[in-house]
Amino acid sequence: MGKPIANRPFGDGLMSHAAATVASATGSEGNDAHHDSGFWRKYIFSTDHKVIGIQYGLTSLTFLLLGFLLMTLMRWQLAYPGEPIPLLGPVLEKVLGQGMAFKGIMSPDLYNSFGAMHGTIMVFLAIVPLAFGAFGNYVVPLQIGAPDMAFPRLNMASYWVYFMGGVIMLVSFFIPGGAAKSGWTSYSPLATIADMGHRVDGQTLWLIGMVLLITSSLLGSVNFIATIIQLRAPGMTWMRMPFFVWAQLVTAFLLLLAFPPLEAAGLMQLMDNLFDTSFFLPTGLVVSGNPLAVSGGGSPLLWQHLFWFLAHPEVYVLILPAMGIVAEVIANNTRKPLFGYKSLVYSAMAIGFLSFIVWAHHMYLTGMGTKISTFFQTTTMMISIPSVIIVTTLFISLWGGSIRFTTPMLFALAFLPMFGIGGLTGLPLGFNATDIQLHDTYYVIGHFHYVVAPGTIFAIFAGIYYWFPKITGRHMSEFWGKVHFALSFVFMNLVFAPMFLQGLEGMHRRMYDGGATYAAAGGIEGLSQFALKLNVSISHAAWLLGWAQVPFIINLFWSIWKGRKVESDNPWEATTLEWATPTPPPHGNFASPPTAHRGPYEYSQSPAPNGFTPQNEPA
Amino acid sequence: MEDFIVKLLHLQPLASEHGGDLDRLLFYVHLLMFVLFVGWSVFFLYTVWRFRERRNPKADPVGVKSHTSTYLEGAVALIEAVLLLGFAIPLWARGASLDNFPDEKEATVIRVIGRQFNWIARYPGEDGVFGLGDPKLISASNPFGLDPEDANGADDITLETSEIVVPVNKPVIAHISSLDVIHSFSVKQMRVTQDAIPGLSIPIWFTPTKVGSYQITCAQLCGNGHFSMRGILRVLSEPDYREWLAKQSPRPAAAGGYE
Repeated sequence: MGKPIANRPFGDGLMSHAAATVASATGSEGNDAHHDSGFWRKYIFSTDHKVIGIQYGLTSLTFLLLGFLLMTLMRWQLAYPGEPIPLLGPVLEKVLGQGMAFKGIMSPDLYNSFGAMHGTIMVFLAIVPLAFGAFGNYVVPLQIGAPDMAFPRLNMASYWVYFMGGVIMLVSFFIPGGAAKSGWTSYSPLATIADMGHRVDGQTLWLIGMVLLITSSLLGSVNFIATIIQLRAPGMTWMRMPFFVWAQLVTAFLLLLAFPPLEAAGLMQLMDNLFDTSFFLPTGLVVSGNPLAVSGGGSPLLWQHLFWFLAHPEVYVLILPAMGIVAEVIANNTRKPLFGYKSLVYSAMAIGFLSFIVWAHHMYLTGMGTKISTFFQTTTMMISIPSVIIVTTLFISLWGGSIRFTTPMLFALAFLPMFGIGGLTGLPLGFNATDIQLHDTYYVIGHFHYVVAPGTIFAIFAGIYYWFPKITGRHMSEFWGKVHFALSFVFMNLVFAPMFLQGLEGMHRRMYDGGATYAAAGGIEGLSQFALKLNVSISHAAWLLGWAQVPFIINLFWSIWKGRKVESDNPWEATTLEWATPTPPPHGNFASPPTAHRGPYEYSQSPAPNGFTPQNEPA
Repeated sequence: MEDFIVKLLHLQPLASEHGGDLDRLLFYVHLLMFVLFVGWSVFFLYTVWRFRERRNPKADPVGVKSHTSTYLEGAVALIEAVLLLGFAIPLWARGASLDNFPDEKEATVIRVIGRQFNWIARYPGEDGVFGLGDPKLISASNPFGLDPEDANGADDITLETSEIVVPVNKPVIAHISSLDVIHSFSVKQMRVTQDAIPGLSIPIWFTPTKVGSYQITCAQLCGNGHFSMRGILRVLSEPDYREWLAKQSPRPAAAGGYE
């Protein structure tokens, strides 16, 4: 392979200025400095987008596992309320204190802590960093033919700020009073008064952690936007960009524009918690029989507006990169171009725009008048249209293909109906009148988990199996990949499908005893025993889902060192530019500066069976 | 039809006047979802089988040529528009718009206040008028900030038993509020849910149609006792309600202390 070109500006008109910026930032010590940079610069404080991508990937996969473990413990309490947790119960008691898990029984405070932290960890420390930080960082510069991100040091800063945010979230479990316990939504006034015994409580650390995580996302998003606009290889016009890059670009804009309001709100709530301000506290609060000693005059609804102004676009931050990954894998494994590439791109843009004006559909029940709620449910119905277009387009892309059932393809295929369920069940929640019955019930839990778990996480698995050979030069085991897929698919559905029934029956989320208090009894109508029994089956399915990840974890690490070596730089016979690099790509990525000569998915255009034409192949 | 929907969708039995409309919308939305999902699934499974590599070794780069999908997407948009304009918006306007509230004189007017972790119900008493309050008067012994000087408050009834009693077949106007954190007042059989937000008092209305006892669920995480914040809504016949009401002793504002 040729000499890496990171330290040399490309000299092409489109790229020269930005590429020179990259070059000076990545290799300030002169030519080939990266070859003898030590372990710390190479693997820990690296400015190489690929190393940072892998750092993001490994850190966020660890958080994914942790967030899942919290949930498996909560599922014990839901299935068998008030019984000591086997094996881990005594450990919790020892580590977190008697107050949290006396005799191994989860306390309501610990349940609420785990609930809040499960959501926070999964959204902000696992899925977003995986979909955006890991895949975005590793793949985007390669797919657009760039030597690195536009601002490599900013990129490194983004990872380390994220890392610090994660550490602070972890530390919060061990401080007096435990981690934040007011839901991942942290509604005021509860977030401020939930732990009155401690001035610096879990919520304080949660807010500091969130400010760091949001800062990290902002650093990442400006970098992605600059990179995608400025560092595209010659010939990589907008409409030749792989859909994955489009998805990441829209995601970057969502992060950039949606996160600052919550950063501001987070600081305001921090003031409420630490210094007795009343941004979100109204006049006249009486807590446990005593008037609260604050000035009052604030608004709890202001927090909700600021929170959901972030958190609804956040949903699309979670799903758009996943759609991007799925589109790449489907094009490659059907051996044909995507159907309606342009409608995919325009739909992603429409989703990006509309996602900023739907946030208050999370707040229908806060006493919203007819006009406002009409506005928000109309925009909510509007945003369902581009989502339907994207899913339909991906379904139709399969028609006429020559479908290879590789492991990444299985995950990508499963994504479609699973995201379909997640999207469709959003409809009755989007209509305000039906939301009255379903708001904050298990129906909602089922809905957004279908979007994020067998949706986004399946897409992430697809991406890991798909790009692993480029990252390591080795394949993951196909057999164990398929075992992982089959088990995950079955158990995911056994976990989340019954939740729709529970929700329709009126079982609410965040109940420490799984809703047992609200069971029908003594002539009072309420939840059926059937709904409560589903708690047990869901919990068992969740634990089995956990075991189903063991083959994946072993496969991942085993394959890094022992997996089957790739025979070429392009083992999947793909067309996009990341496969035109040496394997694994060196610092600087391409052996010689690539040029895009065609669209991203030119499969089966030549007479050879399953012929494909890489983007960099001259016409 | 109403019973059919309740059974099919696994809902709590219906016991309010407006709930039928809400259930019908829920049913139509699920019908749309079902049709779309079955359509997608059939297409998906057939395509995956028909175009597997072994059966179709050479892909057709063009694939689908027809514009059916565009029409289908148009149809989905149209159906959503019908559900929105025909059902969701009018239903909401009926419940949330103050112009559509029933006359207070022909309704049972109550105040429902959430507190960690129980429900407080207040009745205006015989005069039908609640005593005035002022946030400045709030203290440990007067958590509602009631004005002891106001004569209208003398016959007000305050119940701290998490039980709310109303007569059947007469509109109930409930002003929902909270003392501390955000709770949410939800009675599934009545098809009502309203967040109880401190600093705000938000009116809702519904007409119970069946005598019985129904769970009041706190539908918003409100602290470590959230799971146990159960209340009971008792719907009595008109004579039973009068008899019950006569037995309640008014508690003059701020006189009896709080706990």
